[in-house]
Amino acid sequence: MIDVFIDVTLLAFLAITAVAIVRMTNLFAIVMLFGIFSFLSAAMFVVMDAVDVAFTEAAVGAGISTVLMLATIALTKDQNEKQSRSHRSWLPLAVVIVTGAALVYGTLDIPAFGDPEAPAQMYVAPYYLERSIAETGVPNVVTAVLASYRGFDTLGEVVVVFTAGIAVLLLIGGKRQKSNTRKNEKKRK
Amino acid sequence: MYIAASLAILVTLGLVLARALMGPTVYDRIAAINMFGTKIVLLIAVLAFLSRRTDLLDIALVYALINFIGVVAVMKLVVHGNFHSTGDENSKSVEVDQG
Repeated sequence: MIDVFIDVTLLAFLAITAVAIVRMTNLFAIVMLFGIFSFLSAAMFVVMDAVDVAFTEAAVGAGISTVLMLATIALTKDQNEKQSRSHRSWLPLAVVIVTGAALVYGTLDIPAFGDPEAPAQMYVAPYYLERSIAETGVPNVVTAVLASYRGFDTLGEVVVVFTAGIAVLLLIGGKRQKSNTRKNEKKRK
Repeated sequence: MYIAASLAILVTLGLVLARALMGPTVYDRIAAINMFGTKIVLLIAVLAFLSRRTDLLDIALVYALINFIGVVAVMKLVVHGNFHSTGDENSKSVEVDQG
């Protein structure tokens, strides 16, 4: 009962945050709201027992991407200008509504949350549940799958993320000499 | 008792979200996101006791660490404008809109 109430409340906060992100024009506030959005998503993942997804969401969404977006704002502030709201928004709205209706229609075929008859829990999941302790010795099944059964897959993901991090650091962090002149230009703010 | 605690935390989340939405200055919003992360940590901890999954407490601890590091990084970026200034140069370039 209380789980359902927490789910509904968190989802309502999520919707409020999303609408506010769309309506706002202050980029810094939008980045802060992105962080709040990520924390809310992570809390919902925890409530729905997807702890590893929640951990990734909190680390990447609320932690790293907030900082990266702020760094991007600090670098590209000069090109920021108020955009006129006179463009016609009916066509994008119609496309979004049709796409969302198609997605909602698609969810009708999905098995219910936690359904034991779902295809995802019929084939390999019982094998992992029964054998993972004996084969890997890791108490958490998700961690056993991620780090042991699919260890090379996870290693590949880590390599990709590490490479992307190096590239972003090269783009953002390599402005030591020019930083003073940039700051003097921005004193008018 | 845990149900009442989780309800109180949800109410606090609503108040903090309102401050983050309205927040006239930059520092209101930074305080709001910091408080929001703290409340999410508390909510997860209460949920851990509510559903007797005590392994969620580790997740709450990691969230607290991420929240702290993230807020420190945001403050450094707001005050200095970049990540690689040491802080002894007196260049206070607040690069974000105050409105």
